[in-house]
Amino acid sequence: MPVTRQQVEDFLYAEAGLLDAWKLDEWLTLLTDDAVYRVPSNDKPASDPKDTLFTIADDINRIRARVTRLKKTTAHAEFPRSRTRRLITNVRILEENAQTVKIEANFIVYRFRRNESVYQFVGQYRYELRVADASFKIASRVAIIDAMELGSLASVSFIL
Amino acid sequence: MNQTPDTPWVINQPEAMHFAVNRATLVDPQILELERRRIFDTCWIYVGHESEVREPGDFRTRTVCGRPLIFCRDSKGEARVYLNTCRHRGSLVCREPEGNAKYFTCFYHGWTYDRDGALYGLPGQSAYPPNFNRAEFALQTPPKVASYRGFVFLNFDSGANVMSLDDYLAGAKEYIDLICDQSPSGEMEIIPGSQEYDIRANWKLLAENSFDDYHLPATHSTWLDYLKNSGVEMKRPEKGHMLPAHGVGKVLGNGHAVIDNINFRGRPVARWIPIYGEAAKPEIERIRAELVTRLGEARAARVADTNRNLLVFPNLVINDGSSVTVRYFEPRAADNMVVRACALGPKEETPAARAIRLDSFLTFYGPGGFATPDDIEALESVQAGMASYREMPWSVMTRGMAKEGEQLNTDERHLREFWIQWDKLMRGAA
Repeated sequence: MPVTRQQVEDFLYAEAGLLDAWKLDEWLTLLTDDAVYRVPSNDKPASDPKDTLFTIADDINRIRARVTRLKKTTAHAEFPRSRTRRLITNVRILEENAQTVKIEANFIVYRFRRNESVYQFVGQYRYELRVADASFKIASRVAIIDAMELGSLASVSFIL
Repeated sequence: MNQTPDTPWVINQPEAMHFAVNRATLVDPQILELERRRIFDTCWIYVGHESEVREPGDFRTRTVCGRPLIFCRDSKGEARVYLNTCRHRGSLVCREPEGNAKYFTCFYHGWTYDRDGALYGLPGQSAYPPNFNRAEFALQTPPKVASYRGFVFLNFDSGANVMSLDDYLAGAKEYIDLICDQSPSGEMEIIPGSQEYDIRANWKLLAENSFDDYHLPATHSTWLDYLKNSGVEMKRPEKGHMLPAHGVGKVLGNGHAVIDNINFRGRPVARWIPIYGEAAKPEIERIRAELVTRLGEARAARVADTNRNLLVFPNLVINDGSSVTVRYFEPRAADNMVVRACALGPKEETPAARAIRLDSFLTFYGPGGFATPDDIEALESVQAGMASYREMPWSVMTRGMAKEGEQLNTDERHLREFWIQWDKLMRGAA
């Protein structure tokens, strides 16, 4: 049975819900044991972290370490935690076989902090999902920010 | 704006062991305007690295000291800097961030300049009077441009008394040399991918922060935990040390200063830590062996087993730590700056070593790293606190003042040097 867009959307919405609720341990359960999470530098959106400086290029160990860090009140950039709200749209299935589905989707992630203007992260997600038990696991998750430079977005201190 | 005797900007009283910075220097727009003239328009300011413009016609556009510039390689192979403004009416003549061009054409009226800056052509020249001489309309250059080991600087001071870049860099050269010694050919290159972000804080706070090791245990405890959890040895060497290895702060002349530390955090050239993974071990060992063969044991250890955060006054930071980052920044406003950061690596680096370097970079540095976001937060938090500068006008900076001799990286002698030079230039006493 081919994967439907609705199945993919349901999965992405569930993931977004966990991240917006800061349920980071639950979010980790959505990842494969060899998952990667990447945010390329704004000026080199289509590149490889082996030869190009990224903003984030985590393997599974560093994703887990990132979550460990973000759960501490000493992760100052996210304490007090920001509120985020993710809007995910334009979901497209690019490729699929029995094991893997490659998809892309557009995102707007609003980030709110006390006494600060809203931060608007706009861009595209690229996922490689592994088909598992009638659902998916995330093997690769790349968030490409459209802004030409980070500029007033300053840092990507939360899971984008 | 000039300071009055009863409200100095910097109090430096070594005998009284008192040093304080007036917080007005971090908020006052008039002080910023004076900084633009007395600091940014008199010092040698970093523009870029020669490796960013390899071939004739390669260019980068960037803003330095508030001026839009074209940094490019000319037809003779020289790295050049032009003011990015048409000699006719002033429009930018290049609006792309980077590329290769034979000509820079102003799209407004069509004046065209070649890669050597000469006015190559213009539409309808016959309507200009006979005294119009095309040769007089080349792209303007900053008064002075010079480079050291591939790092290109400019100086907007057109006066005759400007010291050479070589003299200006003074003791900082030794530390730039140490970085370049990582490369078998002595040539380093900027790696593609740049991190460009704003911090809502005064630019001087980042100069301080970039080589302030006192803040590490408090601001970066999550990063230190990450190293520890990854198996990095974190024992403090002796009482009085706040970090797992000995480090000193040193002044290098003309406001430049450095922290110079025994490494505990790992180095792509060439000290393995468990975060790099077992698979990276042979490559790190190979790099180490090359260093020893080329430089001898002692110099190889100096290059590989120490990490250094260098401030080239006023706004260039080269941190040779978990990787090499070249970071330069300038004010947008008294309470806002723009930061550009790149990674630097040996030109001959193997793909495997390059990958280790870039991965190591991201553990600490940059807007998605495990440390820089907390630095940004700290600087913005300081700037927020500055709103009370009239009631609470002084920041204290006296760590290490009672000590004779060696100053630790967690002392503040090197930070004071930045402010002493800043104050000297701002008072017009240079």
